[in-house]
Amino acid sequence: MFQCKNLTCVREERVLFNNLNFTLAPGEILQVEGPNGVGKTSLFRLLVGLSTPYSGEVHWQQQNIMLDRDSYYQNMLYLGHKSGVKPELTALENLHYFHHLFNPKVKFDAWEILTLVGLAGYENVPTAQLSAGQQRRVALARMWFSDCPLWILDEPFTAIDKNGVQVIEKLLIKHAEKGGMVILTTHQDLLLPPQLYKKLTLQKPAAGEQYV
Amino acid sequence: MWKWLHPYAKAEKSYTLSGKLMPWFLAVALPTFIVGMIWGLAFAPADYQQGDSFRIIYIHVPAAMMAMGAYSTMAIAAFIGLVWQIRLAEMTVAATAPIGAVYTFIALFTGAAWGKPMWGAWWVWDARLTSELILLFVYLGIIALYNAFSDKVLAGRAASILTLVGVINLPIIHFSVVWWNTLHQGATITKFDQPSMATDMLIPLLIMIVSFAAFLGFMVLYRFRNEILQRESHRPWVIALVQQSSSSVNKRG
Amino acid sequence: MFNAFLQIVRKELLGAFRQQSDILNPIWFFVIVVTLFPLGIGTDPALLARIAPGIIWVAALLAALLSFERLFKDDFIDGSLEQMMLAPQPLTWLVSAKVFAHWLLTGLPILLVSPLLAVFLSLQENTFWALFLTLLIGTPILSLLGSIGVALTIGLRKGGVLLSLIMLPLSIPILIFSTMAIDAATFGQSYIGLLALLGAMLVAAMTLAPFAIAASLRVSVS
Repeated sequence: MFQCKNLTCVREERVLFNNLNFTLAPGEILQVEGPNGVGKTSLFRLLVGLSTPYSGEVHWQQQNIMLDRDSYYQNMLYLGHKSGVKPELTALENLHYFHHLFNPKVKFDAWEILTLVGLAGYENVPTAQLSAGQQRRVALARMWFSDCPLWILDEPFTAIDKNGVQVIEKLLIKHAEKGGMVILTTHQDLLLPPQLYKKLTLQKPAAGEQYV
Repeated sequence: MWKWLHPYAKAEKSYTLSGKLMPWFLAVALPTFIVGMIWGLAFAPADYQQGDSFRIIYIHVPAAMMAMGAYSTMAIAAFIGLVWQIRLAEMTVAATAPIGAVYTFIALFTGAAWGKPMWGAWWVWDARLTSELILLFVYLGIIALYNAFSDKVLAGRAASILTLVGVINLPIIHFSVVWWNTLHQGATITKFDQPSMATDMLIPLLIMIVSFAAFLGFMVLYRFRNEILQRESHRPWVIALVQQSSSSVNKRG
Repeated sequence: MFNAFLQIVRKELLGAFRQQSDILNPIWFFVIVVTLFPLGIGTDPALLARIAPGIIWVAALLAALLSFERLFKDDFIDGSLEQMMLAPQPLTWLVSAKVFAHWLLTGLPILLVSPLLAVFLSLQENTFWALFLTLLIGTPILSLLGSIGVALTIGLRKGGVLLSLIMLPLSIPILIFSTMAIDAATFGQSYIGLLALLGAMLVAAMTLAPFAIAASLRVSVS
């Protein structure tokens, strides 16, 4: 179970959002929405523990993530705005690296996964030479071999074509059916049936609460 | 004790408390400064070797000691701030650094001025002066790092980490520089069991040290309060404070 | 856990060999700086041999500074740094791997070109060995100290100059002890004690610096 308790985010003395609460149970997908600049990315960076909240806590399995990072990170996959893919390395080398660093226990066939994400034939090209969408697919390929129950995806569909979006959405549903959890933002509407996912709309703080 | 201290982790409480403490520090700093200065400059006997030029010691030594004192303050505050995640402690680091830098600069300047009659040159690569110079570099690095961040919470944390790195490094720097060159006269004041300084020279020096220390405390509190006001400038209690003080100014005007 | 260490080193080396100018440029810079001194102050072998330790060590410091940019900067830009911070391994351990790889790519080449510089600056054989040993022990300390500076300044737009302001004062002891050791060797004295001191500093830096680097990254990448 994933819980967000009274989370307040402050950037340069300005409150982005305050007292945010939500809970995510196994099998749930949560879409976070809101206009630009409302703090979606800042929220995600708090949820994964990259930044420290001004106040409030994020809990994974009843444990504050800041106190036990290692066990949280064994269960969490985060794909951010920046893909984390090394441009000098090939798609295969990138996957190999991610595999050993994040999910060393999973057995998988990298060639097969690259085919699944539509990169067949590009396995040994340095990713710098791939298109933006293809580079994104290299990063997204991690979802196919991740054994983490919690996925936190910040704008996963950027630069991905319609066909690709459908493939990924199917994967999200499959992940949720297996008891996984997904938190994501996207500017496009999800094509999923509405009963399959929850929505959280971030709002700007009220006029009197814009500053700490 | 923790229960008693905890309210002071709140900005408003510390602001009020430091406001109450400030006059006391000033009340110690000013009289001791006047007494120490007059005693040291006019009544203490002249040194039989250095004549009157030794009297700069009454500024040089307290400034050099407080340059280190300010750093120790920062180090303790940085440690508390990082371990217990107390933002006010990190603010103390930021508030103290420029004061420490100024003390270090005074120590360097008076050291150089003292060097002129002593060694016949404004600057000699002597061990104490050199490590004082490096201490100044470290201070300036911390201040520059703090100012480079636009988010002051992160800035405070980064400055605290650098302060702690400096704590481990400064003794090594000092040791290395001392070994590298020992031109300076040996330590004069720390040898209390057999002081190499005459008592009537030593007493005004001790008074000056007390004065400089109290003034350091005063300045730290002063800048700490400013730091709080700046960071919390949108909080209701600060707005109320500003309105209160501006209305009292209007009444007087 | 050891596998993660190796994987990071492997990735760094692979990336560096695909972008060779990143490794070669600092070395190139190092050689050029050292070459400038004889051109600037004359070619008297006795004079050169006298100031060689200082020249080589200051040049090594500057070359190290140049190379620090690439230590975390690229990773910060493409997002692999934040991914590394989210890996289920201790961050101190992972940054140690990064620093080790960085040393392999910048410190080691400086060691390798040092015989050439010894010839340029008319160093005696035992002086050269002292130089080599101090570089061997000293450059890893430089890498560790520099990494703290990089980790602190990485999120800033103009971090480059700030990095040198922070890092150079902290590296003074290494400069002093190394040049003292080389001087001792020049005069035929034993310098083993100074090497031991440098070694102690290396051990201390290896144990403490990763914590400072990890803490700094948690501040900078947020």
